[in-house]
Formats: sequence, C-alpha cells, structure tokens
Amino acid sequence: MPKDHGIGASVKRREDIRFLTGQGRYTADIDLHKQTYAYFARSEMAHAKINKIDTKAAAAMPGVIAIMTGEDFVGMGGNPAGWYIPSRDGAAMKEPKRPVLAHGKVRHVGDAYAIVVAETLEQAKDAAAAIEVDFTELPAIVNMAEAVANSANRVHDEIDNNVCFDWGWIEDNRAAVDAAFAKAPHVTTLELVNNRLVPNAMEPRASIGDYDAGTGDYKLYTTSQNPHLTRLLISAFVMGIPENKLTVIAPDVGGGFGSKIYHYGEEAAVLAASKAIRRPVKWVAERSESFLTDAHGRDHVTRIQLALEKDGTFLALRTETMANVGAYLSNFSTATPTFLHGTLMAGPYKTPLVYVNVKAVFTNTAPVDAYRGAGRPEATYSIERIVDLAADELGIDKVEIRRKNLLTPDMFPYTSPVGLVYDVGNYQATLDKLIELGDLAGFEKRAAASKAKGKLRGLGLSTWIEACGIAPSHLVGQLGARVGLYDAATVRVNATGTISVMTGAHSHGQGHETVFAQIVAERLGIAESAVEIVHGDTSKIPFGMGSYGSRSLAVAGSAMVNAVDKIIAKGKKIAAHMLEAAEGDIEFADGKFSVAGTDKAKTFGEVAFSAYVPHNYPLETLEPGLDETSFYDPANFTYPAGAYACEVEVDPATGHVEIASFTCADDFGNVMNPMIVAGQVHGGVGQGIGQAMLENTTYDANGQLLSASYMDYAMPRAEDVPFYTVDHSCNTPCTHNPLGVKGCGEAGAIGSPPAVVNAVVDALQRGGYKHVTHIDMPVSPSRVWSAING
Amino acid sequence: MQLTDTRDIMASPEVVWAAILNPEVLKECVPGCESMTGSPETGFEAVVAQKVGPVSARFTGLVTLSDISPLKGLKISGEGKGGPAGYAKGGATVTMEPIEGGTRLSYAVEANVGGKIAQLGSRIIDSFAKKMADSFFERFQTAVEGPSEDAEAEAAPEAAKKGWFKRLIS
Repeated sequence: MPKDHGIGASVKRREDIRFLTGQGRYTADIDLHKQTYAYFARSEMAHAKINKIDTKAAAAMPGVIAIMTGEDFVGMGGNPAGWYIPSRDGAAMKEPKRPVLAHGKVRHVGDAYAIVVAETLEQAKDAAAAIEVDFTELPAIVNMAEAVANSANRVHDEIDNNVCFDWGWIEDNRAAVDAAFAKAPHVTTLELVNNRLVPNAMEPRASIGDYDAGTGDYKLYTTSQNPHLTRLLISAFVMGIPENKLTVIAPDVGGGFGSKIYHYGEEAAVLAASKAIRRPVKWVAERSESFLTDAHGRDHVTRIQLALEKDGTFLALRTETMANVGAYLSNFSTATPTFLHGTLMAGPYKTPLVYVNVKAVFTNTAPVDAYRGAGRPEATYSIERIVDLAADELGIDKVEIRRKNLLTPDMFPYTSPVGLVYDVGNYQATLDKLIELGDLAGFEKRAAASKAKGKLRGLGLSTWIEACGIAPSHLVGQLGARVGLYDAATVRVNATGTISVMTGAHSHGQGHETVFAQIVAERLGIAESAVEIVHGDTSKIPFGMGSYGSRSLAVAGSAMVNAVDKIIAKGKKIAAHMLEAAEGDIEFADGKFSVAGTDKAKTFGEVAFSAYVPHNYPLETLEPGLDETSFYDPANFTYPAGAYACEVEVDPATGHVEIASFTCADDFGNVMNPMIVAGQVHGGVGQGIGQAMLENTTYDANGQLLSASYMDYAMPRAEDVPFYTVDHSCNTPCTHNPLGVKGCGEAGAIGSPPAVVNAVVDALQRGGYKHVTHIDMPVSPSRVWSAING
Repeated sequence: MQLTDTRDIMASPEVVWAAILNPEVLKECVPGCESMTGSPETGFEAVVAQKVGPVSARFTGLVTLSDISPLKGLKISGEGKGGPAGYAKGGATVTMEPIEGGTRLSYAVEANVGGKIAQLGSRIIDSFAKKMADSFFERFQTAVEGPSEDAEAEAAPEAAKKGWFKRLIS
C-alpha cells in the first residue's frame, strides 16, 4: 500500500486550501496605513532620445503627491548582470548601466521614464498622461542580424555593434570540432528559431515600498522568487541601503517561471518614492505592463550542425546562436544563453566533440532572461531537432539513432565535452519505459486509424537531460557567476515540540509547504501538522538564494535535512543527559531517543521541552534551546533526464495540429511527493506545448509589441493539451545530496517542445510531404499549411 | 503598413487642387475629424476621434503639407497623440494627372501606430488604415463631385447636384 504521509507519499497540498478559498495573501492584497498609489509613465516608442520631461502640469493635478523621473535616480547604481561572460577573443562583456528609470534614452516600448505617486490610482494614471515629453524618435533595432550588421544604429551609444559578448565554449576544442566536421561522412545542418515567450505568471508583478522615517528602516513587499537576492541587489548595487535597514517580503506569489527572479526598477522606485513622501507607495502591474516589461524568455536564432558516421554514430556537434538580451541586461540574462545552454549541448549523448558559439545581442525590446528551463530548453530543442533530421537524412529509425548514441549506465560519472560531470543516470531505462508506456509498437496501427479519418499521424521523440539544482558555488564562481548559489534552512524546535522551518527557498506555486513538511516530519518522526514552513521574509529566514533552476528541493531541501541532522545530534546529547547514558549509546528512531538495547527512551517532545526548560540539563557543556541552521552548497549540479513521446494528428487540408497523446518517462532521482511531481511535469509540458504550438512574441519593425494581450498572444488552454501519461519510476538517485533528489520543476518545459515539432514533421514526412524538414515554433496551422503547400 | 490606390474624380485638376488645400475640405474628409484649423503654409492643427478595435482615442496633432507641386501633387503627413491610447502617424503621397473629364488621384499611404493601439489593435491596423484611406478619398470625391447618381436619385433636391465644395467655389 502506498504511504499516506512522509517521504514518497502523495500528500495533498496544504497551501491549496487557502489558495482555493481565496485566502491567499498576495502583495496586491496588502494595504498599509496612509498608503499611496504609483503609476509608471512608459515609453510608447521603442527607441528615442529624451530631450525633456515636463512634469509641471502633471504635478499640479488633483491628488498628485510626487513625480520622479530618471533625473532623480542618476546618483544611484545600475541593476547589474549577475554573471560575467567574456568573449572568445578575450574582450570584456559589455555591461551598460540599467538605471531605475530611463535616463537619456528610452530603449524599449514600456521602458519607464517616470513614477507618479498619488492618493488614488486613477489620479496617478491621469497625471501620468499629463506628463509632457519631448522625445526624438530613433530608428528601432529589432532584428538581431541587422543589429549586429549596422553599427551606426545602437541601443547603447557606447556599444558599437550591439553585441554584449561573443562567447565560445569550449574554445580550446574548436579546432578539433572543425577538423571532425571536415572529414565526417555525413553532416546535417539546421537553422532554427527558438521563439520568444512572455512568461505570463498568473499574478502580475507588484511592489509596495514602506519607509519608516522614525527608524530609517525600509520594507519592500514584492513579487519575488528570491527575497534575499532582491535585497542584496537593491542594497549592494542599486540603492546602497544597508542590508540591515531593508526587509524584503515576498508573500504568496502567484507563479514566476523565472520572471520574478530578477530585481526590477519598479522596486527601487517605490522605495525611493516612499522615502521621499514618507508614506507607503504601492504599485501593481496591469497585464499590459506584464507583457511589456516582465523579462521575456528564449529568443534564439541558431544554426546547428551534427557530424555523423553513416550508421548514425554522432561524431561532433557545433552551433552558432544569436541570443536576444533585449534593451538591458536582466540579472541572469548573460548566464542563460551561455552556461545554462552551451554546457548542455552534449545532451544525453556520447558525442565526443562539441563546440558552441553564442552572441548576445542588444535590441530595442524588453529584456530577455531565464524562463522555465532557461537555456536548457533551447539546447534540448536544437539537439533533438537535429537528431531527428539526421535520422531522416540517413534513413535510421528515431528510436535507434538515440539508443545508439545515448550514454550507457556504465559511463557515469561522465565528463561531457562541454564541461559538466554527469554523476548518474540510466537513459536506456527511461527510453525503454517510454516505449512501453507510450505503446510505440502500436503506432502504425494508430497511424492507420488516423489516415482513415483523413489525418496524418506523427510520432515525435525527445530524449533530454538538464543540469539543475543550481548550483555549486565554487564551480559557477570559476565560470563568472557573481553570487554564490547555496541555500539555507533553520529548523527551530519550539518548547512544545512543534517545528518552525525557515527556508531560503521561495514557494510561488510549487507546494514547498507540503513537501518540506513531509521531509522534516519523517526525519523527526513527528506529525506533518506539527511542522510549519516559513519562507519569503528576509527578517525571518536565513540567507538563501530562492527558487529557480529546479533547486528548491536539491539545495534548500538538503540544507533542511542537514539542519534536522544537527537537531537530532543535539537531541542525542540532551537525551543522554536525561537518560543518564553515554551520548554514543543514544539512538534516534520514530520520534524517540532511546538507549541502544534498552527500553529506556525519551520522546522528541520531552527532549524539546528539556531544551527550553533546562531544569535537568547539561548547562555546563551544552547551550539550551533546540534551533539549528544549515547552509548547503551543492557539490555538483543534478542531472534529471527523461524520454518523451508526442503523437499528433495533422489535418493536411487546414494545417491544424492536434496532440493525440503525450507520454513522459522521467528520472528525477528519489521522489518526495509523486502527486506534486506529476503536477510539475503536467505544468512544464503544458508550457512546452504552448511554446511549440501557440505562443509567439512579435515586435514589428518599429519595435512595437504586437502580441501584447491575450487577444494576440495565444496561451495554451485545456483543449490544447492532452491527458498526459507521466512516469517517474526509473530512479537513479543523485549521488551527492542527502535526499538523492534531482529536481522536476523545469523538466516538462525542457523536454517537450522538440517532441511536438518532431511529431509534426514526422507526420508530414509520413504523409508524403518529403520537402518539409523543419517548421519553426509555434507550429501554427498557417505555418503547417504553408509548409505543406511550400 | 503601406497601401496604394487610385481614384478618378470628375472635376478639373484646378478644382481638385483647390479642394486639397482647403482646411474645410480636409476636416470634412478626415473620418472622425472634430476640428481642423490652420493653413497649408503653417500646417493644420487637428483633433480626430477614432475607435481602433478595442481602443477609443481622441488624437490631437499636426497635419502638414509638403512637396507641394501645384496641380501635380503633394505629401500630406500627420502625427497625432492619443494620450494613454498611444500615437498614430502616417502620410499620403498624392499625385494628380488629368484624365478625360476629370482628374486621377494616385495615393500611397503609410501608417504607423505605437503604444496601446499597437499592443491591442495590431491585428486590425492594416484594415483600419485601409478603411481610413478609402473613406478619406471617398469623402473627398463626394465633396468635389457631389453625391453619386444613386444617392442623388434618392435625395434629389436640385441644389445637391453639385458637390458642396463645387457649390462653394462656383
């Protein structure tokens, strides 16, 4: 019988009770005494010189308390890039200052140039409309190839070809890779676009700045995935507020997908405005502002080549990618297309030689940064598409070409040619599981049934790997990261035996409150209801780096386990004193400290009580209290992997694609809560299907965002996704963290897009449209129809 | 977006040319125009109310005439700010040539929008601009020639046989 509590049980999510009954407390739900409302005046032009911003008339309007512009922030620092990426010729990364509010120029539609604070939101909006601006419009830089070619037209005047960096990975291998291509029996080449996405968290961004003139303390309520990182960025880089005078609180947050990792100018602006007017200042983004200003995702243009033997053995792989970073460098924008992308270009395969080149390009568009999967979906899509194309060119079965090249279990730990060390995996096992679960043997029969209905059926595979559990600080430090990527947990045993766990991870939909309680309760042998998970408030939690990169369980969860181990170790000392036994003879199991081989025991609650009421306690050798903190820095990334199969039916008359089935066989290492893992995979695959079939962010030649509402930006809806078949029984536990876990949050979004596109191309190939070798995402009916009628 | 079209107007180039330069005619012909003041030399201040898909806005802006070549053609450019709705700008290069019994107007229209209109109405901007241009030149034709035969048959009062602009100048 499956467990009903503790590690491995599908415990229902405790946080859902408040979410589903309207009792969640999001930033927008918070109202402070004497609160005021902010509205940002934003550029309607993609690129313009700011000649003058006249706020006089606006400032005189009813209810207006303050208006600040870029001029008011010139003394402040810039919002920095978190990762330094040098070019392959050794040139330094170009890092233009990203000011709180635009100064000198506006660089994308939506770039904020003024904050208006008023008694009501309507008054603030009216006043913002009354600000008189004198802008000289400049030609917009939208297309990356043109941005690089036309050095006269610059997003930042000091960067002459709009290139942030031109990165080669690994540069020392380049000659060997090129040599392998020169003599390869077969070379497959593919040019593709990884379409730009808007993150679309359900809750738009929101921030409240609250300055206390009496104490000089600042408080920021904000929609963040990592309150400590936000505090660090504001304190150390942008505003110079001492960290001890700034509290950042990220209460319930309704989805992030990466977009709420970053510090945004609005956060600094409401803090500065609050100080200026000595009242709280609240801002809640409208959906239009989310479209215009949340850091977007993906947006790569790639040329990839695979060199093979005629029998399908991979010999070498190389890519040239242009990655759009938008108008300014968002915090992880430089790491995403490089170390989260280039280092994954070996995929799960034995390819001995790999070389990756990435140019990051500034354009007059919203900043682009990590979005669910972050670099790894781009890598996986490129690899899995060219594997299919190569198989078609060589006439090799799609399963067989993968099986032939997948790493085998005896090869771990495996040092990839792009610098990662995969600790463990069994890619054959997940592929076999996929073949069984997806009934791949029955495909031809299903294809015949589709054909009888006038539809073309296709099968698309994707065997993927990711590096997550971000990240070992010593390694990322060598690679240019400007922060550490450990996490932390405090386990506080209260006098009555209940537990408060303070964690640096931040839950914005993942279900941390449930899963972390399962783990702590099982380890301590107590009820889950006695464990409370506290997160999101820098005044309460230890300094952790938050949640992204599928890291919460692997990194913060490991810190939590280590803190629990410290509690148990101290508890043994206390119990030894209480039981008049040697510490070494005390065993802890099932919530009891007992003397080995005897029935003498103290419950966890009795030991906790003794720690806080130390009447009979070894005070001369042991401090009272039972409260332990652990910081955990992972030794390596974790490497979840899996095999996905998508079946589609294409209507050749209309180009309409319907996903008939989607099957996932994943290896996430040990699974803490199978229901939550399945939910994460469903969500990730749903987002991947959105990218593959529907979503596309479109700027026109003038830099106007055309897909700026749900009328033009197609999000996946229930009818667009199938019932998924999800399995995570093929476990190779992570070898270097105490729970043996790998992370599952991004997997679905990483593995699914190529499976969908491979299926569509397969359907057309099987249907006789042999000229169709690739269709860029999203594979909309018009694109499919155009490809068919090419 | 860009579009080009031609329209034959049953009036002499002199009459057509005078009409193009007349702010009253422009006001009458620009769909949604609430006011138009100024002169061909200084440009015209205009207020135009329009609904583009989900966005309603009142644009205030300047219409300027350039490349003026009497009886041959000119360029009409406009740029309007619609407050929170965004902005619109565009122009029409108009050339004239005499044809039998009248004048042929050829026009190339270019239109750009920014801000909320672009964000919410991009799907319909092209058809909106085409409709605006068609409507402008339709009204212009009516103003100069008078209503079409069908409309005339319905309305039929004697005075309406000429276009109102022709009545003004004849």
